[in-house]
Amino acid sequence: MTGIIEADDLTKTYNDTAAVSHIRFSVLKGEIFGFLGPNGAGKTTTMRMIQCVSPRTSGTLLVFGLDPDTDPAAIKQRIGVVPQETNLDPDFTCEGNLLTYARYFDIPEIEAQKRAENLLAFVSLTEKRKTSIDKLSGGMKRRLILARALINNPDLLILDEPTIGLDPQARHLIWERLRLLRAQGNTIVLTTHYLDEAARLCDRLVIMDHGTFLVEGSPAELVRNHVGSEIIEMDNTPEVTTCLTQLGISYESLGEQVQIATDSSRELAKTLLDRCKNSRMSTRPATLEDVFLKLTGRTLRE
Amino acid sequence: MSSVLSIPRISRRTGKVWRRNLDVFIKTWKVNFFPPLIEAFLYLSAIGLGIGTYVGSINGTPYINFIAPAVLAISAMNSAFFECTYGSYVRMYYQKSFDAIIATPLSIEDVIAGELLWGATRAVISVTIMLPVLVVFKVVSLPFSILVIPLAFIGGLTFAGLAMCFTAITPSIDTLNYPSFLLITPMMLFSGTFFPLTILPAVFQYIALAIFPLTHLVSLMRMATLPAITSLIVLNIAWILVATVIFCVISINLMRRRLIV
Repeated sequence: MTGIIEADDLTKTYNDTAAVSHIRFSVLKGEIFGFLGPNGAGKTTTMRMIQCVSPRTSGTLLVFGLDPDTDPAAIKQRIGVVPQETNLDPDFTCEGNLLTYARYFDIPEIEAQKRAENLLAFVSLTEKRKTSIDKLSGGMKRRLILARALINNPDLLILDEPTIGLDPQARHLIWERLRLLRAQGNTIVLTTHYLDEAARLCDRLVIMDHGTFLVEGSPAELVRNHVGSEIIEMDNTPEVTTCLTQLGISYESLGEQVQIATDSSRELAKTLLDRCKNSRMSTRPATLEDVFLKLTGRTLRE
Repeated sequence: MSSVLSIPRISRRTGKVWRRNLDVFIKTWKVNFFPPLIEAFLYLSAIGLGIGTYVGSINGTPYINFIAPAVLAISAMNSAFFECTYGSYVRMYYQKSFDAIIATPLSIEDVIAGELLWGATRAVISVTIMLPVLVVFKVVSLPFSILVIPLAFIGGLTFAGLAMCFTAITPSIDTLNYPSFLLITPMMLFSGTFFPLTILPAVFQYIALAIFPLTHLVSLMRMATLPAITSLIVLNIAWILVATVIFCVISINLMRRRLIV
């Protein structure tokens, strides 16, 4: 089965700097596919190539089996985009934004009215129908952008950091809506910095850095294969580290803590309690964040 | 990289960008309607009646009738030029409207072409609002003066294209002041607007004819409002048509270069 998006050897360079370098992936119908990575990893560049607004430098890219270089309008007719930057039209109301956007997709006015009404309800903004954009909160704006992205009933939804800067309530509402959309058979591609978001939403994801993929898989798979099921955290004292070295257990020291990744935390915890005294110890399930930091390092990015 | 003179592919969807701008204009029609009206009164009373009292007439034409077409042409120039510099820049840079629109089936070429058509439409709207005032003042003659409306569209498109070239290369909104003060202001004064070009030294006449679009627009509008056709008509029409095509094509290609990376 061929995917909604097929990319092979996809590369994008800006003035000799590779933003995306020889990546290969395919997104299947009906799944939520995530792109994770630190700032500057090439996520947004990849999204922009899929959206047909940034031409690729080399490689192949097919969206719905069409080439963005030759059929941009046909592809864009079938996708919905939630950009990273809020670019709602401040000259219109909430409803006006949806109706103006609908016109760009050649949606007849009566149909557009109907869809706008349904979508405002879908993102819980019906009361704000006649409100101008600058009177909306950040969360309302992101919800309205999601509604706008759905005005053309897209077969593919592309979200670049959909919940950036939102409060927990608004994030949960967006997540819930995205799951609902997937249940209706939509294909969703998203980028995010929030690893809990990726873990909750994505069926499959890739972790990118410096324009290439580091790993690909389902969130659970990635955690299992790259970290183990649990993390034991202990105080970072000379006694503890000496003890761990003596036992031949690999660990990572992070400031005041050492972390030990394991699949059998109970046995290991027992051993450690017996052999390394005088340390506080806690055990927690391993998360995608552990995988992410392990693979991309802890150095701060721009 | 494509050349700045390659012919852009524009679809009929460009009309949707024009329509978006029209919708916003209609929503705020009160603030948009009165400035051209007041501008016409101000020019006619201050320059036409004020200065005109001393000047009397130029080549047999009452001074106020001489400047009336210039008032229209300057207004067309200003409407189109400022719409496609500051107006387009705000939509492009601050509102990110162009980014939002090219995520739909429209291409960047469609967006810029729609902006240019809208700039030309602004010129038509200004001239159409001012014309009745000039008719009431009895300083333009009917029915030939109606021709200033289609002329405002062509001339408006010339200035829209020129403006969009600056918008495409300007590093910030502040640097748009340069073309406004260094090009638009001298053009407003030295294009045969408030005095005939022929009283300038020959070299300035040639410069005005060679590089100032306004010279040609004023000349054509004056032929319509007096009405009196001169031998310059062929040069004026040819110059404006060629310049419009060149400015618009270059501006679309420069904008593409700026926004599609």
